[in-house]
Amino acid sequence: MSIKEIENEIVEEFEIFGDDWEGKYEHLIDLGKNLGTLKEEYKIENNIIQGCQSRVWLHSEKKDNNIIFSAESEAIITKGMVALMIRVLSGHTAKEIIETKLEFIDKIGLKEHLSPTRANGLVSMINRMKMDAITLSK
Amino acid sequence: MLVKELKHIELNTEAIRKDFPILNRKINGMPLIYFDNGATSQKPQQVIDAVSNYYSNTNSNIHRGVHTLSREATEAFENARKVIAKHFNVKSDQQIIFTAGTTDSLNMVCNGLARSVLKQGDEIILSSYEHHSNILPWQLWAQENKGQLKVIPLNADQSLDLNAIENLISEKTKIISIAHVSNTLGLITDLDKIKIIAKKHNLILVVDAAQSAPHMAVDLEKLDVDFYVCSAHKIYGPTGTGILYMSEKWLSKLPVTKPGGGTIKTVSFEKTEYADGALRFEPGTPNISGVIGFAAAINYMDQFGMDAIYKHELELVNYAQSKLAEIPQVMLYGKSNDKAAVISFNVKNTHPFDVGTLLDKYGIAVRTGHHCTQPLMNLLCVPGTIRISFAIYNTKTEIDFFIEKLKKVIDMLK
Ligand SMILES: Cc1ncc(COP(=O)(O)O)c(C=O)c1O
Repeated sequence: MSIKEIENEIVEEFEIFGDDWEGKYEHLIDLGKNLGTLKEEYKIENNIIQGCQSRVWLHSEKKDNNIIFSAESEAIITKGMVALMIRVLSGHTAKEIIETKLEFIDKIGLKEHLSPTRANGLVSMINRMKMDAITLSK
Repeated sequence: MLVKELKHIELNTEAIRKDFPILNRKINGMPLIYFDNGATSQKPQQVIDAVSNYYSNTNSNIHRGVHTLSREATEAFENARKVIAKHFNVKSDQQIIFTAGTTDSLNMVCNGLARSVLKQGDEIILSSYEHHSNILPWQLWAQENKGQLKVIPLNADQSLDLNAIENLISEKTKIISIAHVSNTLGLITDLDKIKIIAKKHNLILVVDAAQSAPHMAVDLEKLDVDFYVCSAHKIYGPTGTGILYMSEKWLSKLPVTKPGGGTIKTVSFEKTEYADGALRFEPGTPNISGVIGFAAAINYMDQFGMDAIYKHELELVNYAQSKLAEIPQVMLYGKSNDKAAVISFNVKNTHPFDVGTLLDKYGIAVRTGHHCTQPLMNLLCVPGTIRISFAIYNTKTEIDFFIEKLKKVIDMLK
């Protein structure tokens, strides 16, 4: 599936909650719980994303022509956001990753997490994923 | 301070809430419950009007013009100094110096003492629960001057182990700089005990009152410390202003570290004679509207009296603490039944960020994180806490709603 197709899938998935933010967040929490853990060897200082109130580790690698992400966070809501980002971006080429606008975040009603003051650092996370993609594609 | 010693004055919270326009706001469709007063308090209409009236009717630069507006603005500014001096029972209003806030004041004290009292290798005593603003200036000085910071340890209940202070003191110790109230735990530092130790060893005592000034009566003449600093924005006043109080002897002794226009008597290219009194420490155009708003905030509080405010907030703290203690997953820090209006806690196996994010969805503003007290977080072995802090307008009904939603949030995160 293309990034756009995955984004649409997520938008549909969240649509059933409508204005029910509790349902939405419960779903996000479930996504976080199901993300699993990152290998201990990847939980290093270098992989920590700055700007998050909870620690978030991101490991990026290149397989064939695609960038593969894995990550973990101490906070479960942040972990849910991380799970969504990985689902959308992981397994695509650097070019696809860099060019995507990630419009789904707004569409599923989680835009508040993109504000620069948000302590979960979603913006930093996205920047870091795109930066890693650029570095690995060189 | 014990409740039974306080005069029995009840606050009319319902009427008080009407003074704070922001309390009408809805957050995510829910009425705002503002429990982040430790970060900054909301402002009553009286303060907002004072600032707005100043700009509408009086705005002018102070201490220099011959015209009417300048005279009126100067009078309002200097009157604010008198109001604040009276509130803290300070003998001479010149001992109240307007700064940009607590952080600015602490930097001024540190830099002034660095240029006069402190020598290479000297030692400064701080507490385990200091805010970063009362650590970093001293640390910077220590790093550049082979100095050392000595830290008062915590007891098991997170109160300060004051018996340990004597052991921290050497002939190189010059200063104790300490929070009057911990911004993370709400615990009150026993300044009377610390003052005895400071006097015995001839140490300079600096008090960070950012979190005590909003909640309790402070008599600076009786307290008799060297320096006492706080911010207006945590006491219902505007941001960007605060005070540096200094005892009489420092007013002429502390070196000027921020020279500039307005601080002088005469200037030539060879030599400057600085002004006497507060102006010596107030370079440049000050935050005039902020200072005027600050005085309005002090007047606002004084109509109720600090004892009534303390009593009201202590009731809220004890009520919230007991309700929180009933929730099995909640871990409380710095528990005490006589403290300022701040409570820190965590929920077992959850990150404070998750709890804070979900409470916000219910319109409840709390603080999560390290609260600029990372050394304290390390001692508590936690990445952060959830902090609720109360003000004059908070109610038990709000606490009940908060507890109900906290339980729901704990359930969601399970
Ligand atoms: C104990 C304490 N000290 C210092 C500060 C810094 O105050 P300001 O940011 O107003 O300079 C704060 C405020 O967070 C505080 O709580």
